[in-house]
Amino acid sequence: MSASHSPLEVARVSESSIFITEERIVGEDEGQLAGKTVAVKDNISTKNVRTTCGSAMLERYVPPYDATAIKRLKEAGATIVGKTNMDEFGMGSTTETSAFGPAPNPAAEGHVPGGSSGGSAAAVAAGEADLALGSDTGGSIRNPAAFCGVVGIKPTYGLVSRYGLVAYANSLEQIGPFASSVEDAAALLDVIAGPDERDGTSRKEGADSDYASAADGDIDGLSIGVPTELVEGADDGVRETFWDAISKLESQGASYHEVSLPSIEYGVAAYYVLAMSEASSNLARFDGVRYGPATESDGNWNEAFAEVREQGFGPEVKRRILLGTYALSAGYHEKYYGKAQDARAWVKRDFDDALSEADVLASPTMPVPPFELGESLDDPLKMYLSDANTVPVNLANLPAISVPAGKTEKLPVGLQLIGPVFGEETIIRAASAVEE
Amino acid sequence: MSEQQSVSPEEVRHVASLARVDLDEGEVEAFTEQFVEILEAFETLDEVPEIEDSEGLENVMREDEVREGLSQEEALENAPESAEGYFKGPSVS
Repeated sequence: MSASHSPLEVARVSESSIFITEERIVGEDEGQLAGKTVAVKDNISTKNVRTTCGSAMLERYVPPYDATAIKRLKEAGATIVGKTNMDEFGMGSTTETSAFGPAPNPAAEGHVPGGSSGGSAAAVAAGEADLALGSDTGGSIRNPAAFCGVVGIKPTYGLVSRYGLVAYANSLEQIGPFASSVEDAAALLDVIAGPDERDGTSRKEGADSDYASAADGDIDGLSIGVPTELVEGADDGVRETFWDAISKLESQGASYHEVSLPSIEYGVAAYYVLAMSEASSNLARFDGVRYGPATESDGNWNEAFAEVREQGFGPEVKRRILLGTYALSAGYHEKYYGKAQDARAWVKRDFDDALSEADVLASPTMPVPPFELGESLDDPLKMYLSDANTVPVNLANLPAISVPAGKTEKLPVGLQLIGPVFGEETIIRAASAVEE
Repeated sequence: MSEQQSVSPEEVRHVASLARVDLDEGEVEAFTEQFVEILEAFETLDEVPEIEDSEGLENVMREDEVREGLSQEEALENAPESAEGYFKGPSVS
């Protein structure tokens, strides 16, 4: 074992950056997104443009193919302006675990932009791009949308192809849009949604979608369920802003009632067990042979493998790979992974029940306003617990949107609206009324 | 909550070796401490009842047809080392 080590030196763009790589990729002349600029999270493969996942391990990785979502962006006439900063492999809630340094929050100076798609949310908030793509495994689109005061959508599992998305936890993640308005985010979702033969988990829904026209603000008669468990634990200022937004929706003809989701208290534990387990398997491919930095190791395969992974991965990624390996190891599999699968099924059932008596469910997207830079980095459990309101949605495969609800002490607060499976139109319509 | 989970530095080293990730002493120490707290939070799953997942999932199949894929050159272009059209790795034993 080496006595000391330093992570591979990666070329930091600056102290704090929205983009990891700024390079234009010009799409077709015409299409639904002609004239629009789009920033793309750096875990979505772009042919001939490096895709680092915010990791030293992939600092020089240049994909030989486009993700399906990228192919569809180009066909729709979009211009990609760059690849955005992110928590390493999507593992983080602040974009501070990036090997390329943190990203700024244009809506709250000195605070994190959220994560893991922090650079994408920041690009839209700063006007560096009209639109952006992120990915959401446990809140990685909705969290930064809330923290940066923009709109973000986590689609129903299977609505958007994951082909070309570098995998972190396959059973949970989806690519989704950011924009400064609900209608623009919906229009971007229209472009990327729909079945793809290259992703066996993609579904036929969304093939001829017209989500953008659902952003009409007409919520007369809308029934909103408010899960008490997702509101009670939030900061006072966040709760006040949340209830103001609900009142605003009531004044436009919606009604609300409180609901209880007893399974929710197990959501964070179940999510992290499953996500870490999937990650420990997915990230086994980074072995320094097919991609990754060359090693100086003169040891055998296992020694060289372990050495390149020590150098190439940051602490949060190592933490999750190790905990996932532990949770799947002999003697612990049933205790952790098995119980987490039970909890996942329970969360799904609770959401189904609540959504049988409400059109949408509403909660604060994040229980807290944006952290100050550096605030949560040394306390991983604190960071995990801040995902309490977003991770249950991924466990249940449901669609959800985060729309700006207002501010508390000058810091952005997001309203999360959750819909039934493939209920994108309903959450888009409801969210557009928040903007009225 | 069930009995307190304890984690030793040896266990952290063992899991790291299963996962093929070298750790330095500082990392072993930090992870040992953090894992106690994180695994304790995971222990709450003991209270979850057995639930049958009612979702009707179907396998998705396609015809096994030859189609265009990456060329050998493209597949190798991100490898730190290759030789004669193969990935070059360290010796296996």
